[in-house]
Amino acid sequence: MSEPLLQLQGVHTHIGAYHILQGVDLEVPPGEFTILLGRNGAGKTTTLRTVMGIWSASEGSIRFEGQEIGNLGTPDIAQRGIAYVPENMGIFADLTVHENFVLAARGAKRSADMDPKRLAWVFELFPALRKFWQHPAGLLSGGQKQMLAVARAIVEPRKLLLVDEPSKGLAPSIIQNMVQAFRELKRTDTTILLVEQNFNFARQLGDRVAVMDGGRIVHTGTMASLAGDEALQQRLLGLSLASHQ
Amino acid sequence: MNPSPPAASPLDELPRVRRDLLPLALIPVIALLGVPLVGSFSTWVTLTFAGLAMGMIIFIIASGLTLVFGLMDVLNFGHGVFITLGAFLATAILGPLAGWTTSERILLNLGAVLVAMVAAMILVGLVGFLFERAIIRPVYGQPLKQIMITMGGMIVGEELIKVVWGPQAIPLLLPAGFRGSILMGEAAVEKYRLVAVVIGLIVFAAMFWVLSRTKVGLLIRAGVQDREMVECLGYRIKRLFIGVFVAGSALAGLGGVLWGLFQQSVVPQMGGAITVLLFIVIIIGGMGSVGGCFIGSLLVGLVANYAGFLAPKVALFSNILLMVIVLLWRPEGLFSVGKQ
Amino acid sequence: MFSRLLSGDLPRSRMLTLLLLGVLAALAFAPFLFPGAKALNVAAKICIFIVLVASFDLLLGYTGIVSFAHTMFFGIGAYGVAIAITRLGPTWAGVAAGTGCALLVSLLLSLLIGLFSLRVKALFYAMITLAVATAFMTLASQLSDFTGGEDGLSFKVPELLSAAFSLREAPFLGVSLNGKLLSYYLVFTATGLLFLLMLRIVNSPFGRVLQAIRENAFRAEALGYRIVVYRTLSNVLSALFATLAGVLLALWLRYNGPDTSLSFEIMIDILLMVVIGGMGTLYGGVLGASLFIVTQNYLQDLMKLASVAATPIPFLRDLVHPDRWLLWLGILFIVSIYRFPFGIVGKLRLKARPPA
Repeated sequence: MSEPLLQLQGVHTHIGAYHILQGVDLEVPPGEFTILLGRNGAGKTTTLRTVMGIWSASEGSIRFEGQEIGNLGTPDIAQRGIAYVPENMGIFADLTVHENFVLAARGAKRSADMDPKRLAWVFELFPALRKFWQHPAGLLSGGQKQMLAVARAIVEPRKLLLVDEPSKGLAPSIIQNMVQAFRELKRTDTTILLVEQNFNFARQLGDRVAVMDGGRIVHTGTMASLAGDEALQQRLLGLSLASHQ
Repeated sequence: MNPSPPAASPLDELPRVRRDLLPLALIPVIALLGVPLVGSFSTWVTLTFAGLAMGMIIFIIASGLTLVFGLMDVLNFGHGVFITLGAFLATAILGPLAGWTTSERILLNLGAVLVAMVAAMILVGLVGFLFERAIIRPVYGQPLKQIMITMGGMIVGEELIKVVWGPQAIPLLLPAGFRGSILMGEAAVEKYRLVAVVIGLIVFAAMFWVLSRTKVGLLIRAGVQDREMVECLGYRIKRLFIGVFVAGSALAGLGGVLWGLFQQSVVPQMGGAITVLLFIVIIIGGMGSVGGCFIGSLLVGLVANYAGFLAPKVALFSNILLMVIVLLWRPEGLFSVGKQ
Repeated sequence: MFSRLLSGDLPRSRMLTLLLLGVLAALAFAPFLFPGAKALNVAAKICIFIVLVASFDLLLGYTGIVSFAHTMFFGIGAYGVAIAITRLGPTWAGVAAGTGCALLVSLLLSLLIGLFSLRVKALFYAMITLAVATAFMTLASQLSDFTGGEDGLSFKVPELLSAAFSLREAPFLGVSLNGKLLSYYLVFTATGLLFLLMLRIVNSPFGRVLQAIRENAFRAEALGYRIVVYRTLSNVLSALFATLAGVLLALWLRYNGPDTSLSFEIMIDILLMVVIGGMGTLYGGVLGASLFIVTQNYLQDLMKLASVAATPIPFLRDLVHPDRWLLWLGILFIVSIYRFPFGIVGKLRLKARPPA
């Protein structure tokens, strides 16, 4: 097995008085689509935010391409080639779609500096964005905002995408659109770590899967084996459903 | 799952571009309201220009304050000291340039004022940089300490100004060419007020250009909405913030030069005295909004001048009254900045 | 018994205890220890500011709210007595009426401000109170028929307190026993009682809730405490104590005007006293007020010496000029916030308790 692109070892994160991550061990192999599953409050979002350096780990190591990034600030982590699509999408509502793109393209001073081929490819994935190019992003629908959020993460090539619950609150037809877009992304060999609660959405995309509970990873394996093993699903996700109530 | 057939695909709906222009209409509305209240048209013209000039200067001073707040949730209670410093620097610079300021040639007058403005901006910007390092940086994210420590910065700054220039008022005379008034019809408009309006417009245009047409401007606007996301996109927002803080201080210094010339005398307390007015302006405009700050400044300037003419006793409350009315209409201020 | 008097909130540091006892003794025997009108004036001012600063600490230190309207309530108290006596004559009934009205006005005003604006963030509260206080000061100086405008009001106090009143002809221990002395002891006794009352409040269950809110508003709310109610109550209490301090000020000075009780400079002074003395410990108010006022009145004398000594060095000479005393206290204030956020009291208590 090749060296993991991202590797977390024994990561603990405290937020205020709360001990959220209690020793997370996770490996994200390059070129693969890893899904992080688990119930609400299991620590999935915190894991992504800790990787991004928004919250700092109190213990443990986070390595990206073999180098420790746990002590870096968020901008430095982003500059190493990690893109983040947060749960709330982080859209700049008062800026136009176009301006959101320009900001996401770090190398570009103006829109003219953006790679036209790549831009065309992004538009192909999300045609709506071309249409609303000059509109304030705040006026987009929820699904379109999610598309913009993902598009921002890929407008320039990045080594790793961290995506937090892209299916949340979206209509089924738009979820399918999103699945298509992620499949297309997969073909470009982008490494993706995606947090999801919607197993149906997740099973269509993931190569590998990790399940979290109580601030720890409680299962890792291939998506195929999890999808084929109903008893395991029951145990991992049924359990999470039960404790969810 | 039981997927119900989706209604018309939302992808096809074209959202209408809505620009919220209502607050912009307030300025002409207030100005027109002033006509029947003031009675005499020529007096109204004089008052309106006085109000606009005052508003422009306030805008120059307050714009930095509101941006700094929007970007980092830092409200600098010591902003006033930059104004005072700018004004005192103007006395120090225009003094030796007396040959230029008293000259009959308007270009030399203008040159002297320009030198004073540029020098004040550079020096006050530098002081702003040190202020950020020493006073504000250590207390990020601690609003209580921030309020107190910026207040402390104000006290010390004011005292230091007294150490250098002494506690008494210093006259700051207008260059010869800017004194007196010109007649517009029957209305007399002081020349310097026209100059202040023009400078204010230039600053506003420059700021508008930076904010809407440059990447730094985009970053500032984005940072005001969601600074965490700006960092996640790989930009160092602290560096951006220092830049904005220094620019805001420099503008306050520029405003101090203009305000000092407007009052024709400077005292160490002038910055502190105007701080409440600045807060009112940025609350009216919506904290963090430059456009709102512009409209708020002009409104405050106009209302202060009309009220000062109509009922001098009420004038002192007119700004607070204006703020209360605006907040009753829009509790977040004229333009609320969509924070995430 | 002693502990009960202090509501169980002991100084918890030998040095602090000594300092506090020192201040207490100095204030209690001030007329005998420090002869002269200036010294007595300083002592009375310290007493009044102890009440004022402690009441501000109720808000800032114990509840975590920055208000710039505290001098407004101080001024209401002072104006209440001044106006009542001017209208009703120098009688105790006048004093009582003025105090009652002032307390009522402060109660309503602080309730109003609290309910309207304590829901918002600390910054907005600070800004709003600053605006309200400025408006109030303008109002006070504009309504000259009522308040005496910029000139303020000079008035007589009840005969018992006036300098003309004499308890006995012969001086006692070299101090004449006149109304001025009685005034001082009235101020001193009131200060002691009000201070003990505040100590009781902050150490009551109510005070504990306030501190819980300051530490973690979110958690306190989750525990079922209505934050707005508690904050408003604390705001009202703090305003009422400030009003009483204002009453004492008016009685002592026999004069009140915008600059003596309402000015923003006084607000800054209070802030400095609280922070330098130590936030969240009422004892800090005692030390802060004493240190500040003594400095204000006597540091200048010291600086005069330094200034004369530094005459040949132009800039340094101006730095230590007696009028620049606020510069040095301002620097001390900033350093306090960084280095010892709980002020002198916090520092002393930390020293008393060996690091665990």
